[in-house]
Amino acid sequence: MSDSKAAPTVVFEVLRFHPEKDKAPYLQQYSVPVTRGMTVLEGLTWIKEHIDSTLVWRSSCRMGICGSCGMFINGVPRLACNNQISHLHSDRISVKPLPNFEIIRDLVPDLESLFDRHRSVKPYLIRKDSHEQHHPVGEYFQSHQELINYIQFAYCIKCGLCLAACPTAATSDKFIGPQSLTQAWRYTIDSRDEGAGERAEQLYSSHGVYRCHFAGTCSQVCPKGVDPALAIQLAKKEAFVRAFGIRKQRRAARVAPPVENWVRNRDIPAPPTPTIEKSRA
Amino acid sequence: MKNRLNNRLGLGGWLGGGRYGVDRYAYAFHRLTGLGILAYFIMHIFVTGMRVGGQEEWERTMAFFNAPVFKAGEFLVFLAFIFHAVNGIRLVIVELACGIGRPHVPAYPYTNSTMRQRPFVVAVMILAALLMITGGVDFYFMLN
Amino acid sequence: MRESRLWFWHILSAIVIVFLLGAHMGTMHMNTILNSLGLGSADPVDSVEVFRRSASPVFLVAYIVLLGSALFHGLYGLRSMLFELSLSKSVEKTIGGLCAFAGFALFGYGTYVAIVVYRMHGVQP
Ligand code: HEM
Ligand code: HEM
Repeated sequence: MSDSKAAPTVVFEVLRFHPEKDKAPYLQQYSVPVTRGMTVLEGLTWIKEHIDSTLVWRSSCRMGICGSCGMFINGVPRLACNNQISHLHSDRISVKPLPNFEIIRDLVPDLESLFDRHRSVKPYLIRKDSHEQHHPVGEYFQSHQELINYIQFAYCIKCGLCLAACPTAATSDKFIGPQSLTQAWRYTIDSRDEGAGERAEQLYSSHGVYRCHFAGTCSQVCPKGVDPALAIQLAKKEAFVRAFGIRKQRRAARVAPPVENWVRNRDIPAPPTPTIEKSRA
Repeated sequence: MKNRLNNRLGLGGWLGGGRYGVDRYAYAFHRLTGLGILAYFIMHIFVTGMRVGGQEEWERTMAFFNAPVFKAGEFLVFLAFIFHAVNGIRLVIVELACGIGRPHVPAYPYTNSTMRQRPFVVAVMILAALLMITGGVDFYFMLN
Repeated sequence: MRESRLWFWHILSAIVIVFLLGAHMGTMHMNTILNSLGLGSADPVDSVEVFRRSASPVFLVAYIVLLGSALFHGLYGLRSMLFELSLSKSVEKTIGGLCAFAGFALFGYGTYVAIVVYRMHGVQP
């Protein structure tokens, strides 16, 4: 490239660790020419292509959807893909693996502990009538407001940035954590769900919402605007209000009855004939 | 296979605010002051217990604690109390989900509950500073 | 839920403490200012003052309530922090037990002191 000499460069200071070769992690520096709009992830790719092919990290979609490339960038957990180098306003970019997770190699954290906690809060709709749930005959009623109650928390991409920022997670391996508590709340408040009692065991346990002290950093670092701190405080408030009998238990959404005597709108063409046989489980 | 490297921040994660906002420092100070007041309080129960021995016993105890070190220590307890109390009132409000907004459909630019209650944090700092200054003035004149 | 109930008391006791300890710290640390305004005494830890307060039923009740709520609040706070240290279930149980024991013991002692001093009906200047 002829214009690469003129391009401004930044120094990437990357934490390296190879479990089979290194006893302890160390920092390695690379200088990277920055082009307009270049993200931290692109900077790492440039290093891998031009300087050091042994550098390891994890990424996939490059557009803030998959949640793979969470890293500790200039002292704050961020997605490498949606942070432009120029927006960091620094000519030194420190890139480390997400704190509070074990390091597999270089910049790759082990998110297994996050997924375990996520599973532990039963992040799916629970219905008392499980037969109806598995053999549905219609959809559940849900109003727009009922959707708004949880839709924000459903935006979670499980990148782990909130846990990396959480001071309680810095010492506790039992704390259920902002991500999973938020998911517990997301399903508990869903008007279609009847599993509040089952999830309360996790949500209000001695490692649940009360180990959150609103340091607020989870919500500040969330790349999807999920706001875990809000969900956790809402869960605390709900328990508080319930305990003083101010609010009654909500009834779960009904199943919409099948529509009878329906007539097809003439403007909508009929669906094509199925190419496989319809299974009736 | 267990050659993973532990990367948990430990107690540094409690105490170090790092590049996070003021809320994180408020969190660390709230913990420190809470523990400090608790330690003082437990000693305090035994010191004020000296009253059982009557007037002389109490006066002897107070004469002992009249040394400048203890006066300064008491003033530190006062400062810790002011911060813990004022910030604690904010936490009571905020942890019961008041003043931190409602769930909504996220749209750019994202907002969050931490930033929505930021004015409270600023108010806490101003109020705590005013009370501390008042206490400091009192302490200064008491010494004279 | 048990943890919920403990936390509610943590919060409710905080609200009680704000008023009672606010008044306590006011008399003890704003003494010079309050005294110059004609309220309170210049030396609140002087024995006459101390024993006069202790002989009043209002102070007796206020101190016992403050003692109880501050102990619960502070010890729950301590337990809360210790529970964030990845300890095993049995250690956590022990911590909970020790906190409860310390709380009851200190509450008992403080209440005993308050009642004994209340019965002294003040001292002569
Ligand atoms: C003056 C009124 C007080 C108020 C409004 C207050 C408020 C609070 C609140 C709301 C919390 C919970 C914070 C959280 O969830 O992180 C808390 C924690 C705590 N408080 Fe207080 N408090 C007061 C006085 C005291 C006193 C007198 C003591 C000591 C005896 C104390 C010791 C603690 C401790 C040790 C914690 C735990 C800190 C933590 O977990 O981060 N507080 N306080
Ligand atoms: C640092 C400044 C403080 C000073 C100078 C101070 C002084 C005193 C004095 C002189 C007494 C004896 C009773 C009286 O005179 O009326 C007393 C009692 C008491 N104080 Fe304090 N105090 C301070 C801070 C605190 C704090 C931070 C707490 C709570 C966490 C507290 C809780 C109590 C309680 C519960 C009693 C009654 C004890 C009993 O009767 O057994 N004090 N204090």
